[in-house]
Amino acid sequence: MNRRWQVFAVNGALVGLAVVALFPLLWMFSVSFMQHGEASTYPPPLLPSKPTLANYHELFERAGMGRYLLNSTIVATFTTLLSLALNLAAGYAFAKLRFAGRERVFQSLLGALLIPAQVGMIPLFLLMKWLGLVNSYGGVVVPALASVFGIYLVRQYARSIPDDLIEAARIDGAGEVRIFAAIVLPLLKPIVVTLAIFTFLASWNDFMWPLIVLSDQAWQTAPVALAGLSREHVQDNELMMAGSVVTLVPVLALFFVLQRHYIEGLLLGSVKG
Amino acid sequence: MNERRAAWLFTAPALLVIGLFFFVPVLAALVLSLTDFDLYALADLHNLRFVGLGNYIDVLRAPLFWKSLANTFYFVGVGVPLSIAASLGAALLLDSRLARCKGVFRTALFAPVVTTVVAVAVIWRYLLHTRYGLINYLLAKIGIAPIDWLGDPHWSMPAIILFAVWKNFGYNMVILLAALQTVPAELREAARIDGANALQQFRHVTLPLLRPALLLVAIITVAGYFQLFAEPYVMTRGDPLQSTVSVLYYMYEEGFKWWSLGRATAIAFLLFALILVVTRVLVRIGKRGGYA
Repeated sequence: MNRRWQVFAVNGALVGLAVVALFPLLWMFSVSFMQHGEASTYPPPLLPSKPTLANYHELFERAGMGRYLLNSTIVATFTTLLSLALNLAAGYAFAKLRFAGRERVFQSLLGALLIPAQVGMIPLFLLMKWLGLVNSYGGVVVPALASVFGIYLVRQYARSIPDDLIEAARIDGAGEVRIFAAIVLPLLKPIVVTLAIFTFLASWNDFMWPLIVLSDQAWQTAPVALAGLSREHVQDNELMMAGSVVTLVPVLALFFVLQRHYIEGLLLGSVKG
Repeated sequence: MNERRAAWLFTAPALLVIGLFFFVPVLAALVLSLTDFDLYALADLHNLRFVGLGNYIDVLRAPLFWKSLANTFYFVGVGVPLSIAASLGAALLLDSRLARCKGVFRTALFAPVVTTVVAVAVIWRYLLHTRYGLINYLLAKIGIAPIDWLGDPHWSMPAIILFAVWKNFGYNMVILLAALQTVPAELREAARIDGANALQQFRHVTLPLLRPALLLVAIITVAGYFQLFAEPYVMTRGDPLQSTVSVLYYMYEEGFKWWSLGRATAIAFLLFALILVVTRVLVRIGKRGGYA
């Protein structure tokens, strides 16, 4: 009897927490289908009385959300693909190839993790301006082409590859690039998936830097545009919820499909190296 | 191609990017913070003057800087303990042998972490609406008068803290859950046989073993919470009465609203120094316990 009550208490608390975590997201979907002004009534309605797509129409036709979502997709996809290539190569080299100064260079890279990105943000803005990359996809993608976190993650994982395997390939006469592409990369596949989803989500969700470097609306990513819209349409709750839905659906879908990889990466990255 | 040449080829692109777009700007920031770089210098570099520590002195004399610092400390000082407490509570529930469907719950509780801050801040602004918001509706049910969450300077920061706890607790929950799973069940079992109740088992067996993970989580969260920006940008614009202007928000306005880039860079350095000092102190406290 006592034990049954305990089971009920633990699972009841978990259900309560899950409701708190998910309710704002579920309600967002519901409100996005409400008639204009319906959400500004009391008591707050849980479901739309007459569901409508009007908010989505307005969002795409008047507010130009399609363009912003396209911008976000392009920026996040290019950042993910290109930074994967650079981080995988560097992470593997720091784990497995012997070269002078390897540990020293790696340690100073780790030191960079202590410095908040905002410290260099203003000179970076001036550098981007000088390179002509302000208000272009490059302004967001180029500084994110490699990351210390990504290199660290790959290095941690690549250290488990047996040296004998690489040595044997060398004795067989395989070149270093071939060894990397044909032997190492397939073994790194799990970490590739993890790093890809991490990078894509971080890039999609990023706010402060895109806000600074993409002041021209034509290039803005979805979060930057949504923040601008929300400052203009403070009262238009239904429209804003539709904007949140289209911004969140890609990341939530990606997370629900690949969540195991995401959480593994989080744990691998947070364990002291 | 030998191993050393290959290593150079493999690392050079990444090192070049990180060097050029991170280390060089950080070093340049040190110089920039000692100049009066502004809109005139942006147009013509000849207008640039070296002002020594002038920016730092100006910033330290600006009342709004101290206000933003106090706001940020409020957010960190209240938000971090609340976040970690929520994470620990959720992790303990998920670790319990009595919990069912653990995978489903873990996913549900973690979902807010992967969301876009701007998008969920928009949702919360509506949830917190004084007249039509669900939170005030629920409070009214238990007899509490409506709170002007985002319009009353006493409630604006608590509202943002509430939002931040909701958004972030899942992250630390996953780290703490992994640490909990390394606590040997026999240890707790032994304590139970010795007559320790659930609370005593937690205090004397689980908590000491959790210390390194808690220290790690505290450092990550403190460093992250000091960088508060998007939440006030979307939810309050730093208002009411500048009660939600964070240090970074202040830096953003100085830099990109008023184009005082030299001064904004000085603010960034002050924030960096602050984060370093506070995380150092945390490590010190953690080490004194002898477990970390």
